[in-house]
This record gives sequence, C-alpha cells and structure tokens, in this order.
Amino acid sequence: MMIRLLTRIALIVLLTTMGRTTLADALVADLSEHLVKIDLGFTGKQVLLYGAIEGEGNVVVVVQGPREPITMRRKARVAGVWANDASVTFNDAISFYQVMASAELDEWLPFALRERHQIGVEYLDFSPREEIGPAEKADFQTALIRSKQKLGHYGMLEGRVSVLGGRLFRTEIFFPANVPTGIYNLEAFLVRNGEMISAQKTPLYVAKSGIEAEIFNLAHNFPEIYGILAILIAVAAGLAANAGALRR
Amino acid sequence: MRSIRNLFQVRLEGESPIAAGRTLAQDRPQGRNVYIYLPIAELSVNIFLLLGLGIGVGMLSGIFGVGGGFLMTPLLIFLGISPPIAVGTEANQILASSVSGVIAHWRRGNVDFKMGGVLLIGGIIGSTFGVWLFRELRDLGQVDLVIRLSYVVFLGTIGFLMLVESLRALQRSRRPGGARRKLHQHNWLHGLPFKMRFRKSKLYISALLPLTIGVLVGVLSAIMGVGGGFVMVPAMIYLLGMPTNVVVGTSLFQIIFVTANATFWQASMNQTVDFVLAFLLLAGAVIGAQIGTVVGSKLKGEQLRGLLALIVLAVCAKIGFDLVMTPDDLYNIGFTGGH
Repeated sequence: MMIRLLTRIALIVLLTTMGRTTLADALVADLSEHLVKIDLGFTGKQVLLYGAIEGEGNVVVVVQGPREPITMRRKARVAGVWANDASVTFNDAISFYQVMASAELDEWLPFALRERHQIGVEYLDFSPREEIGPAEKADFQTALIRSKQKLGHYGMLEGRVSVLGGRLFRTEIFFPANVPTGIYNLEAFLVRNGEMISAQKTPLYVAKSGIEAEIFNLAHNFPEIYGILAILIAVAAGLAANAGALRR
Repeated sequence: MRSIRNLFQVRLEGESPIAAGRTLAQDRPQGRNVYIYLPIAELSVNIFLLLGLGIGVGMLSGIFGVGGGFLMTPLLIFLGISPPIAVGTEANQILASSVSGVIAHWRRGNVDFKMGGVLLIGGIIGSTFGVWLFRELRDLGQVDLVIRLSYVVFLGTIGFLMLVESLRALQRSRRPGGARRKLHQHNWLHGLPFKMRFRKSKLYISALLPLTIGVLVGVLSAIMGVGGGFVMVPAMIYLLGMPTNVVVGTSLFQIIFVTANATFWQASMNQTVDFVLAFLLLAGAVIGAQIGTVVGSKLKGEQLRGLLALIVLAVCAKIGFDLVMTPDDLYNIGFTGGH
C-alpha cells in the first residue's frame, strides 16, 4: 500500500517534471568553457555559447556580469581647468552586460518582454546612493552606460547569434582584457511569435589565476607584505643592474 | 602617438566609438605572448612597449643625470594607466634606479650621509603624509587633478628656470671672462636655530633647513611619483649652498629611503604599486641609461640643460593643455582601485 502510494507520487513528480523539461527543452544551451582565467598572458577571451532549439523562433543571449558600486563623476570648469565636480554612486550597477541576438530586436522582440527580462541597456535598473532628481539621475545613468560601452563592457550585437537549419544556434561572446572578475550569468531565450517560449541560464566564472592571482591577492589581502616585497625586489634589481653595469 | 595607444588593450577615454565591443574582438592581437596582463593595473600591455618606454626614459636619465620619474609618470598616464597606479609604481621603480645610481657616487665619496640623514628624516615624514593626502584626495575624486596640476606647476617652473640658465650660460661661453658666482650667499636662512655642522658639505647651518626641504620633497615624491631630484638638487645648491660634487650622490641616497617609504605606504594604504610594471620599466631603463651615458658624454653641458628644459616644458605643456581643453566626455568612471 505504502509502496504503491510512493510509486504513484514518484510517477506524478516524474511526469510533471518531464512536462516542464519538455517546455524548457525547446532551448538547450551550453558554454565551451565555464571558467575564464586571467593569467599573465591574458588579452581577452572568446567563449562559445551554443545550443539547440525546437521549432522556429529567434534567439537572444544576455550576459550579465557581477554587480558592484560604480561612481560616476562629472567635470566642471574651475578657474580655467576641468575638475571633477558632482558625483553619483550607483550601488549595484552591473559591471558587464552584453546582448547578442539572431536578428534585429525591433523585428521580433516586444518591448514588454525586453522590459521583463532586462534585454537592452535601457531596461537595466540603476539605483543611486545619493538623493538626486530624475533628470540628474538620467544624465549620470546615460553617462555610465556610455563609459561602459567605451570600455567594451556594455554592448548589443544584433545578428551575431547564428541559427543553423532552425535547429542549432551559436554565438561567440568576447570578454576583453579589462573584464571585471566574478560570477557571470548567461541567459539564452527562445522567442516565437512575440512570446517567450523557453529560457536557460548558465553561470560563468571570470577569475584571476596562477601568479596573476597570487600577486593580486597578496597586494589586497596582505598589503604590508606586498609593500615590503616590492621594496626588496626593487633594491635587488637596483643592485643587480649596478653589478651588470660594472662588469661591462 | 595613436599607434602606440593602439598597443594598449584598454580603450582610452574618447578613443573609440560606442561600438568598442564590436571592434575589440577583431582587434585582438595575434602574437598573444607579446602581451602581459599587469596584475594591479589590471590591463594587458605590450611588453616591448614597456621595455621601449624604459629604454627611452632611461636614455634621457643617462644623458641628463636625472631620475626620469617626472617623465615616466606622465608618459604612463598618457598611455592609459590610471594616475594613482602610475604614481605608486613609479616610486617603486625610482627606488631601484636610485639604489643602482648611488653606489657609484658612494664609491667616489660623493655622499654626505649626515646631510642625507637629516633630509631623509624630513623625507619620510613628508612622503608618509603625502601618501595619506593622496588617499584623501582619491576619495574626493580630486587626485588626478592634483597630480596634473603639480606637474604643470613644477615642470613649468623648473623647465623655465633651466632654460633661462642654459641660455645665459651659452651667452657667457661666447663672451669669455664672465662674472664668477659667489660660493654661497648669507641670508636670513642662516640665522635659524639648531645649527649643525655638515663636514662633507662644508656647511654650518640650521638642521631645520634640510629637514623642511626633505618634508616638502617627500610630499611631492608621494603625490607626483617622482624621486624629487629635480627639486632637491636645485634646493641643495641654491638654498643650502652645498658643493655640487656631493649634491647628486646625497640626493640619490635620500631618494632611496623616501621612495622605499612611499612604496610601502602606497602599497599598504592604496594598493597602487604594480611591481610587474615597475620591473619591466626598470629592465628597459637599465639598458637605456647605459646608452644615455655614452651619448651624454659627447654633448656640452649647456646644450644638455637647454635640451632637457625643452623636454620638461613640452611635457608640462601637454599636461596643461589636457587640463584646459574641454574633454570629449564630461563624465567619467571614478577610480575603483582596492575594490
């Protein structure tokens, strides 16, 4: 009796989850690697996101980096020179944000969906630490977005997701040399007839590694030791340079 | 300049259009082992660019007998390294080149250790205060401005004085038998208390004088990322009246301690010392200095000083111009070092 009940429950659970996965399975995606290592030779990294879709539709991929406080400063002319004047700090600003799509968004992605899933920089939320008016906030917010775009941290690449035979899709995500470290969230969406059919999230880690990480951690966790080490290295280098010069 | 800038992975302010993310992928360098990712500055740079920079500035310092910090720090800033890291790292590099430089002077007996000691007590007080001030200014978002303004003021003044001096010297060399300068003049500075005898410098002056100079140069050293030789040497000659043969050795001797102190505090308070960057610059500077010394021995003293004055004024003009010019974007992301 007990066993039959348990089996029945198990069967129900299995069926419902199967039903759900069939829906989610309309899109499956994975990354070529889940860890981007920043080492001494790091010049940026291309990561491949690939997957399969079921049926027709368009694919959009959103890459979101870790959140961090970002301070924006505005310059003003003071006694003839340009000096930083007003500043606004956004508490949980997104440090890295890229959108990649299979075709131009305007042709197929309704604004309601973009807003709900934060697809496009205009739908990102920025919360200033200071009490400022809406006009001021908008100015600083657009400036932040502009600066991040210049750094290659924010971007929108329409037509950069290629869909093959209506079954497979792939896109290459470039993480530049100045990429912020932390946990990234990559999300792929399948949209058909203006409706979100399926979505899948996958994490990616960007971390310093090897000697790169050692030096950085030493400098930030044990700054006094790092300082003494820097002095010793410099003194040794100076002595070595002198010895080398004398020999010649 | 533009081609040099392109060697840097990081897009500089106002350099690239909004589509930077688009172009970056194509701009990726092919020979990836030519690039090195600097762990503290957090950007990827061409190793040969850094070595070349070191050689160039090293040559100038070999030719002119100056530390070169006042040229290297602005060049690093022009190339996109954030000013706080340029300043902190330069302190570390100057430490190495001063150690290497002082040995030769020490062997020749050109170091006044007593004078150097008094100067460095002042220097340590000054540079510690300087690094603290640096941190406060950074939090206010004004450190870039203060670094640049200090450069304009000091490079402008020193460059101008050197130019005038060398033009006069050139005139004098054409008219033989010019007036001889007195060894040193006596003025109110010699009436100050706490007099000390500095045998090597043949001076009997108040210790307050070198102490104050030490403090002031220490502050400059911490804020500008320089050894301060370009301020210290004239101050020793004109204010203290030290004989010229001990001036350079003594100045180098105290610069060692002041830059070591600045390195320690910049690293521990601000995390702005990148020793990988410092090491690469140093490697180039060592080679450059050897070439520079040979070239320098073939030029005349007045010509040298005139030439150096022009370089100093050019750097000053560039920094001044950047301060006055309306920037492409009035907004900028604040420095987030230390995280």
